[in-house]
Amino acid sequence: MAKTFEKGNVAIAKAAVAAGCKYYFGYPITPQSDIPEYLSGVLPSVGGQFVQAESEVASINMLLGAGATGKRAMTSSSSPGISLKQEGISYMAGSEVPGVIVNVQRSGPGLGGIAPSQGDYFQATRGGGHGDYRIFVLAPSSVQEMYDLTVLAFDLADQYRMPAMVLADAMLGMMKEPLDEWVPEPKAFDKGDWALGGASGRPGRRVKSLFLGDGELAEHNWRLAEKYREIREKAVRVDVQVPDGCELAVVAFGSAARIAKSAVDRANDEGRRVGLIRPITLWPFPTAEIREVAERGVPLLAVELNTGQMVEDVRLSSEGRSPVTFAGWPPGYLPSPDDVYGEIARRLAGGEKVA
Amino acid sequence: MAKLAIREERCKSCGICIEFCPENCLEIGDKLNAQGYRCVRLADPDACRACGICGRMCPDVVIEVWK
Amino acid sequence: MKAVFTRPESLTDKPFHFCPGCHHGVIHRLVAEAIDHYGVREKTIGAASVGCSVFLYDYFDIDVVESPHGRAPAVATGIKRANPDRFVLLYQGDGDLAAIGTAEIIHAANRGENLTVVFVNNTVYGMTGGQMAPTTLLGQPTTTSPYGREFGQDGYPIKMTEMLAQLEGVGYAARVAVDTPARLAKARKAVFQAFETQVEEKGMGFVEILATCPTNWGLPPLEAVKRVETEMIPYFPLGVYKERKGKDFL
Repeated sequence: MAKTFEKGNVAIAKAAVAAGCKYYFGYPITPQSDIPEYLSGVLPSVGGQFVQAESEVASINMLLGAGATGKRAMTSSSSPGISLKQEGISYMAGSEVPGVIVNVQRSGPGLGGIAPSQGDYFQATRGGGHGDYRIFVLAPSSVQEMYDLTVLAFDLADQYRMPAMVLADAMLGMMKEPLDEWVPEPKAFDKGDWALGGASGRPGRRVKSLFLGDGELAEHNWRLAEKYREIREKAVRVDVQVPDGCELAVVAFGSAARIAKSAVDRANDEGRRVGLIRPITLWPFPTAEIREVAERGVPLLAVELNTGQMVEDVRLSSEGRSPVTFAGWPPGYLPSPDDVYGEIARRLAGGEKVA
Repeated sequence: MAKLAIREERCKSCGICIEFCPENCLEIGDKLNAQGYRCVRLADPDACRACGICGRMCPDVVIEVWK
Repeated sequence: MKAVFTRPESLTDKPFHFCPGCHHGVIHRLVAEAIDHYGVREKTIGAASVGCSVFLYDYFDIDVVESPHGRAPAVATGIKRANPDRFVLLYQGDGDLAAIGTAEIIHAANRGENLTVVFVNNTVYGMTGGQMAPTTLLGQPTTTSPYGREFGQDGYPIKMTEMLAQLEGVGYAARVAVDTPARLAKARKAVFQAFETQVEEKGMGFVEILATCPTNWGLPPLEAVKRVETEMIPYFPLGVYKERKGKDFL
């Protein structure tokens, strides 16, 4: 199929339809409203349903309901709205209901603003809701990846019976780029042994997260932990471009990685050797891949559109094997490649102590 | 001929069935069930018309009624 | 012999955990009778709420998804929109439906979701230990209104059925009680009507049932039953508040 020229938000919406998602529940909030606007037009024509809910709280719980019946469904929002969704995300994780949640990040805390930000890294990767759980967090850094990773999010959610989040931001959501709208092969996920559809010819079954029996909840938590361990082993995605002899490697995701890429390219053009590590899954985090680079003694520079969140995971991954520094820009100022280049150059000149 | 099947182990001795029995044929017996409640019993089988009110009013579906 | 009254098929054999004299058991049974009557057991998906009624999935032999506190109408909306041919049942208490979940029930009702809602009003938070509910009557002492509910401090008991009956999306709204055999018979009819409203796709079928909570009221079961008539019904009048005849949405 010929490429189209599409907005990041619309790419997400188109990917959802291509992935067989027929049910969308959401609430308007800038800068993601293109998603519900697009889907409200398209879903009815593919036999689906679009519901503009009374709140983010309601929309995530509608997702819980639809997901519990095994149907592909999604919700989308932006930072403050994602905060409201945390209750339902915790319930979905606890009752192992698949579903896709898109966060086109704006800036906080509080009402913040509508500028791009990566301030929700902690909320997304630590699980902003209560309890001991994880969700998939996928971080696109182009319009094409907004599409590709949304398709992937549906598959991962179904495969592992858990919520999957696409963590984008205002920049990726609002910008236009060429897009290949490939049609994914429909994957069959057997939901016959858990999804609800009426107790026909079998006893009634439950999708629940309440476990009050002696030891039941501990057992449930350990079972979830085992699932998360398996995911950490199998599902990490990361783009590592750190050739031998690198003097520094930048670690950045999403839109920060785009900006960092230009800065890294410039440094290499100027004869330096600088690598780039771009985590695509923020959970599971590419711990082993970053440690491998650290073991080679390459200093690491985390670049983020916040005041320092992912850098903590980079440090944990490095385990002290190489120095980790941080350069960040909180919302309100979008760094240029020159800004990031400046940070790289300072470190190459030995001007930055380990944070 | 009325028949009451009373699942004594489920009775919580609330007395609602006795209160609403139009024939006053039920009473709390002396027998304790495993939960520690004194169970309801049919004290006057001849008076029972198998109207079913006891069964319907019981919050614990203790009593089933046939005739 | 002919059966006069027997346990409905849709109820599992598990004994209720409810306190002596608690009306949840009676209401569970009425709901099970309706499931049996309309033959929907095998196509019913329940959205459980939070509170004493959360264990309904142990008592009904149906598929159930557990909802966060108050969110059952949203969860049920998701179920029904994705599965319009399924029968979707909600069973919520007053803390769940009339306090934390007010937005969800009002908007599910206003959207005209084809759902059946059984709302149990016992004027108190049961499972958490007898705290003041939005439906707690004026003067009624609870563990968080120790001097009795006072309107200057706590506002008035909320009348959900009257509110919801105003919404176009509601096909049927009634308030009933189960404290006497005669009212129980009417309550059964109302629960059936709330089922039929969904079967006929006339919007939300809503039935509020006044119920006892002897433990948290601090009353013996029979006195609790009497309180329904002496204190609750005068403030929460019984009756059918809305009954849509056809699919006459505006």
